[in-house]
Amino acid sequence: MSKVDLAQFHKAFHEESLDGLDAMEQALLALDEGAEDPELINVVFRAAHSIKGGAATFGFADVAAFTHVAENLMDEVRSGRRPMEKAVVELLLRSGDIIRDMLSLQMAGQPGASAESQALLAELSAMVAGGSAVPAAAAKAAAPAEAIEGWDIAFRPFDYLLKTGNDPARMFRELQGMGPLSVSTDASALPPLASMDPTASYLAYTLGLAAGAKRAAVEGVFDWVDGDCDLTITPRVAAPAPAPAAAAPAAPAAPRAVREVATNSEASSVRVGIEKIDTLINLVGELVITQSMLSQFHDGVQDAQLEMLRQGLAQLARHTRELQESVMSIRMLPISTVFNRFPRLVRDLAQKLDKKVVLDLRGETTELDKTVLEKIGDPLVHLVRNAIDHGLEVPAKRQAAGKGDTGTLRMEAFHRGGSIVVEVADDGAGLNRDAIVAKAIQRGIIASGDGMTDDQVAELIFEAGFSTAAATTDLSGRGVGMDVVRRNVMDLGGTVGITSKYGQGTTFTITLPLTLAIIDGLTAAVGEETYIVPLVSIVESVQVKAENVRSVVGGGELFRFRDEWLPIVRLFDVFGCSGPRRAVDEGIVIVVEGEGTRIGLFVDELIGQQQAVVKSLEANYRRVTGISGATILADGSVALITDIAGLVRLQGRRKAA
Amino acid sequence: MANILAVDDSASMRSMVAFTLRGAGHDVDEADNGRNALDQAGGKKYDLVLADVNMPVMDGISMVREMRTMAGYSGVPILMLTTESDVNKKMEGKAAGATGWLVKPFDPDQLLATVARVLG
Repeated sequence: MSKVDLAQFHKAFHEESLDGLDAMEQALLALDEGAEDPELINVVFRAAHSIKGGAATFGFADVAAFTHVAENLMDEVRSGRRPMEKAVVELLLRSGDIIRDMLSLQMAGQPGASAESQALLAELSAMVAGGSAVPAAAAKAAAPAEAIEGWDIAFRPFDYLLKTGNDPARMFRELQGMGPLSVSTDASALPPLASMDPTASYLAYTLGLAAGAKRAAVEGVFDWVDGDCDLTITPRVAAPAPAPAAAAPAAPAAPRAVREVATNSEASSVRVGIEKIDTLINLVGELVITQSMLSQFHDGVQDAQLEMLRQGLAQLARHTRELQESVMSIRMLPISTVFNRFPRLVRDLAQKLDKKVVLDLRGETTELDKTVLEKIGDPLVHLVRNAIDHGLEVPAKRQAAGKGDTGTLRMEAFHRGGSIVVEVADDGAGLNRDAIVAKAIQRGIIASGDGMTDDQVAELIFEAGFSTAAATTDLSGRGVGMDVVRRNVMDLGGTVGITSKYGQGTTFTITLPLTLAIIDGLTAAVGEETYIVPLVSIVESVQVKAENVRSVVGGGELFRFRDEWLPIVRLFDVFGCSGPRRAVDEGIVIVVEGEGTRIGLFVDELIGQQQAVVKSLEANYRRVTGISGATILADGSVALITDIAGLVRLQGRRKAA
Repeated sequence: MANILAVDDSASMRSMVAFTLRGAGHDVDEADNGRNALDQAGGKKYDLVLADVNMPVMDGISMVREMRTMAGYSGVPILMLTTESDVNKKMEGKAAGATGWLVKPFDPDQLLATVARVLG
């Protein structure tokens, strides 16, 4: 026995099967829309075929059995025995879902065939021609038991046999393993040496095996050369019995031309454990710190002899930056990994609601941090559900509004500045301002809609407990509102905005940071401590004159920024810093924006701009309101990174209190 | 010990084959389709090639057909990894020049036994 533990390959099998199922689903959806590329059918077949093979190899019998039937159905389509009709697509789509579920259960250690899978298996089997899909191999009748003492074998290889990689000497050794073997050679066909082809075989052999080996074993030695030789295998039977020679059976079917398929749609990739990458990112972060430590040192040294060191440092800085960028890119994956699930979702929803929807996916190659990608799926699903359920109208209503039958849902990802923007836009009915205002008043969110801009009204749907659907439907009313979407996106350091035109459609705009592991920040001194304010949140930094500040009841301060009065949040007070507390005109106010609200952060002075490698505070201490993490500064001290959204919420609570 | 090229688009299958054969002392290289296998075989002489049938870009049967025309590969054993349901594939593989086949699903022991049979 070899000591290979197959369990070590289960994870890889599971992952590649999920990839295969995704590819299969995409191909099926494309076929459903009338695509006629035969390679699409091959993709579906290959996915099913690979999963079946792997499942059988790695011991997942249920998955193998189920996939086998789906593969047979697919094979009928591939070989042209069955058209790729809607019903087939539907059945195969559902099969993909079932296989996905079965695999997950297997991986969770709870294998088993659910009632759902059994029912679908029955449907599949019924569709596959001839009912039973089991290959006819079992039809081979069991040979009657023979009292065999040995075997006589006449074996004449055709001249090309050696070129197939088969070697008579090796086959004889195999036979020898079963018992004493006699070999006599007939060299009568050997040509003169001059005309001999050294790669051809000219000899014929008469073999005698003096052992009662099983017929299958003896025939098995020659199974690969069936058709490449004249072969007669005769048993030596104890009692005289009419046992005819079992010669080579029927000639092989004429080989069909095999079409070569060139496709580059399957992206090649390397799977790397995320923890390894995190370690790398951390190490590179340390390197960045070392580099800035050294550069501080060089700033203070005037000696001309250190010019070399200076150059070296410049190089280190450049290389460090490049290394960091390339390591960061390992974490990045194209957003297509998330977008891919939407064609199916949109198709199913549209069908269920009798709506016609075209999904327009754009910018699928835009790359996002893996962590961000994993968490952006749910909010996007919610936005898409909402758009189809509430945004896009049924065909009759669209016609009445002078639009085409078919609504368009656009999902687009692109870079803007240092962020990634994902838009979900529909050309449906748009938000009804009056209905929203009425609902918001009813829910006690606002007192009146007078004086609110359309955008401000639209923003109301993000308030907790708000739902625009008059009747909660099966699709959207799952207890998850837009407030949860906004919170999920904010947890990723992003923002959600909405623009809507009544009668013309709604666009949701999600803005996300490129990565969560590193931020660009402004360092600021507060008392004896240093804080980092994320650059993305900063609107402007200003010095405030005492006469532009007003105190309000309850101890708060407001200052005039352009046309608005903004609250001043003193980080010194919020975080209970030690050291001298400065007066408002002795420091700097950093105007920041979070959750659509602006506040002024009061700090003693600005130190500079730098990249900060975010280290978790929760992992080492505990969660602190207003702080999103910590980082190590060039001098080795720790600076806290401010969480602007958290500070805005904190300010809001103080105001309310 | 032998230089073996394992060709399969399934990474799990490929690593199972490679791991098992490496455990038996062989040097194993991997390729994820027939085209890449041909490229690799062009740069290194293998003593044995194990190839899946259904693969993207270039399937195993086309691979065998082309490999047989390459210098040094006319008599090298090439085994197709096929399934019982692919009866025709065995014959197609043979017609293209394959030495033999190994029927999926196989376990590590069956793999080693078959490899020993062609390298023996």
